[in-house]
Amino acid sequence: MTAMFSMTDVTVCYDNVEAVRNVSLSVEEGQIVTVIGPNGAGKTTLLMAAIGLLASRGRMEFQGGDIGKLAVEDRVERRLCLVPEKRELFSDMSVADNLLLGSYSLRDRSGVAKTLDEVYDRFPRLKERQRQAAGTLSGGERQMLALGRALMAKPKLLMLDEPSLGLAPLIVREIFRTIASLRDLGVSILLVEQNARAALETADYGYVLETGEVVQSGPAKDLIHDPRLITAYLGGH
Amino acid sequence: MTSDIAAILGIDGIATGAVYALVAIGTVLIFTVTRVIFIPFGDIAALTALTLAALDAKRFPGTGALVVILACLATLIEIISLLRAGEPRLLPRALAFYLVLPLAVVGAAWLTMRLDPPLAVRLVLALMLIMPISPLLDRIVFRPIADGTVLLLLTVSVALHFALVGLGLLFFGPEGVRTEPLTSFSMELAGVLISGQTLLIVIAALVFSGLLYLFFDFTLVGKSLRATAVNRTGSRLMGIRPARAGTIAYLLGSLMAGVSGILIAPVNTVFYDSGFLIGLKAFVGAIVGGMTSYPGAAIGAVGVGILESFASFESSALKDVIVFSLLIPILIWRSLASLHSEEEIEE
Repeated sequence: MTAMFSMTDVTVCYDNVEAVRNVSLSVEEGQIVTVIGPNGAGKTTLLMAAIGLLASRGRMEFQGGDIGKLAVEDRVERRLCLVPEKRELFSDMSVADNLLLGSYSLRDRSGVAKTLDEVYDRFPRLKERQRQAAGTLSGGERQMLALGRALMAKPKLLMLDEPSLGLAPLIVREIFRTIASLRDLGVSILLVEQNARAALETADYGYVLETGEVVQSGPAKDLIHDPRLITAYLGGH
Repeated sequence: MTSDIAAILGIDGIATGAVYALVAIGTVLIFTVTRVIFIPFGDIAALTALTLAALDAKRFPGTGALVVILACLATLIEIISLLRAGEPRLLPRALAFYLVLPLAVVGAAWLTMRLDPPLAVRLVLALMLIMPISPLLDRIVFRPIADGTVLLLLTVSVALHFALVGLGLLFFGPEGVRTEPLTSFSMELAGVLISGQTLLIVIAALVFSGLLYLFFDFTLVGKSLRATAVNRTGSRLMGIRPARAGTIAYLLGSLMAGVSGILIAPVNTVFYDSGFLIGLKAFVGAIVGGMTSYPGAAIGAVGVGILESFASFESSALKDVIVFSLLIPILIWRSLASLHSEEEIEE
């Protein structure tokens, strides 16, 4: 089976420092794949390279096409979407406008209203606050809006950078439930998380990234019982 | 000063301010979308007036030649950058947009001119000849340094202003022009005579600001421009291309500046270098709005116009000194009011 998204020997440099070295990973259709690892391991860098915000060396393929040289906007038009760690919402603009702009890359505008309804069904809080400026939302609502905005683009592969960062445990659980439910819609997901336990519980497959390199990988249910990982990332929970 | 004089000065000030407001709104639009403080905007206004005057005199304006040269340069740069990026399939679109479209505009203007068109058509022709200039300059000059600092962009923008003033002198010579009035209508309001031209200026300013507001609030393209201004990275992640947003911003801004040039030409004599003062005064207005707020910029620009009007009554020689001295307290007030704006821009 060929992967829908794959990276082969991808290296990303900041000036002369290699933040990510020879990383290879792949996401199959309908899979949730997670990349876990400590702070500063290069997880965010990896996603920034995958969406094209950072230049990288190596091969990157999406749905059979080479995307390594494409600009961010061209990757988005191919329905590769990133919800970045900082969310990058349009804080002065209303929730409804943020969501509408999520659909900007879609040529076919006919389904936009329906997708908007689906997003509002998924996140009723956003519907309640649709006239409010995005900047006035709480942390959890902001993450919902970032997720909802990405869903408006009807992504084939959704990349999530630390969706649980800075959120209360109850909301974290809700966000992960949402992520799991997206798989049923046929959206493939590449999830980067520091919350390793929650990520592995949700994912099908996992990679462990340390100091810019993949040190371990395997089915998520195996990783979660791995003694080394339990002491390093999963202990105490 | 009697109340009659005050009323006349006030109306005069509002009319001048309305012209500045159009340019100020364009300045804010370009700055928020592209981070470029586009100093040559006043020059665009002046060039529009000069272009219109040339058309009135049945001469084909040099701005037409400028558009042709810029279009060729921009096309060349676009071809090289597309070939370098390994995207030759995008060439036809680039050729259509950067070469065929501007040349078609110039060609249409050249042909229409032979027919001795009425004033309304000449106005449209002047605007059509002016509007491609700044988007093309953007492609040639600013896009290669789009990620530079605000200061670098400003420096280049100042250089561009001097280049445009020089071209204005080359194309139109040192003589000033005053175009024929757009209307001979006038009315009396509470004992004060208001000319139709003044009314037209104020109405045009209101209509164009209103249209811009509708564009920003009710169209996806308008919202994408706002999104680019609010959060560049976020908007790229939605597939909004900053370069495209910039082109639209420059087109719209040029339209605003062009309209203000057309409105001011029958009232004031416009020289090849008149644009600088128009641009700077609009800039003062834009700063009142913190360079980010459209209503703030418009109010600021009208304030500048009124101040200038009264200042020129008190001391004609010092009116510019008075207006620009206003900048100092405004800058102090702005820097106290928003301590963090610099970082936000750099982000």
